[in-house]
Amino acid sequence: MLAVIVFCALAVVAIASGVAVFRVDSMARATYALAISFVAVGAMLLMFDLDYIGVITILMMVMEMAIMAIYMIMFMGMNPALMPMSMVHNNRWALILSAGTFVLLAAGVLLVPWPAPAESPTGDLTASLGETIMGSKMLVMLTVSPILFATIIAALVLANPRGRYDRWGDDLKRRSPHDLRRGGLGG
Amino acid sequence: MSLQLVLIAAAALFCVGLYGALSQQVVVMVMMGLELMLNAVILAVTAFWWFLAPAPDGQVLLLVVIAAMTVEMAMGFAVATLLHRSRGSDMTDMATDLSG
Repeated sequence: MLAVIVFCALAVVAIASGVAVFRVDSMARATYALAISFVAVGAMLLMFDLDYIGVITILMMVMEMAIMAIYMIMFMGMNPALMPMSMVHNNRWALILSAGTFVLLAAGVLLVPWPAPAESPTGDLTASLGETIMGSKMLVMLTVSPILFATIIAALVLANPRGRYDRWGDDLKRRSPHDLRRGGLGG
Repeated sequence: MSLQLVLIAAAALFCVGLYGALSQQVVVMVMMGLELMLNAVILAVTAFWWFLAPAPDGQVLLLVVIAAMTVEMAMGFAVATLLHRSRGSDMTDMATDLSG
């Protein structure tokens, strides 16, 4: 019973913080609200004995929110903690679509005859995850690894100002042209 | 705790994220919506794993979803940087070149 109460409290915190992300006046507050939502979800995962995944979710999301706050300060060109903002489009349809989706999902959850619950996992779940990754599910991790590596390269290519290509020809030691628009091939 | 309770919470979280992804104009805010949706997926997968299929394979699926979140975050930040550099803005409405 206590577990149900704690889970419901965490769910309310996660959902209310999620709503607050799009309701508060500043992007900095939105970032904090999202961080609270993620920590609540991470705590819910910990309730399912997912120690490893719950902790990496919390750590990853807190770090991500820190980076997000830096991005907002860099790009918004204002004091992000004080400046009220409302930058939405098609608000009414977004609201209708998301509410309709919730009704649909909730109806599915309540009406589907779910099978009887299986026995809860026991033992060292983190150790079993490690053995699975290094055993029968190694192909999954072998696929995820190059995807993550490709993401690093793609993100760097997109975010880099392409400075090394701002030159005449293909000789890396030649001087750069004074183009109005940098990043081209010169001329 | 029951499967239905966890799935209802996940559905609510998913729909909050969906609202954000559909309604927000700033790229970083759209990313926040997408991440709320992926967080809901993590919660739902956890519920299915715990209540219906308690094999370690479910945890591997959770790791894949978390990897998808990192990819989304990294590419989203890179696109936001590119948009800001090339157009001086990070609004989705300023990047409708492929809208036909």
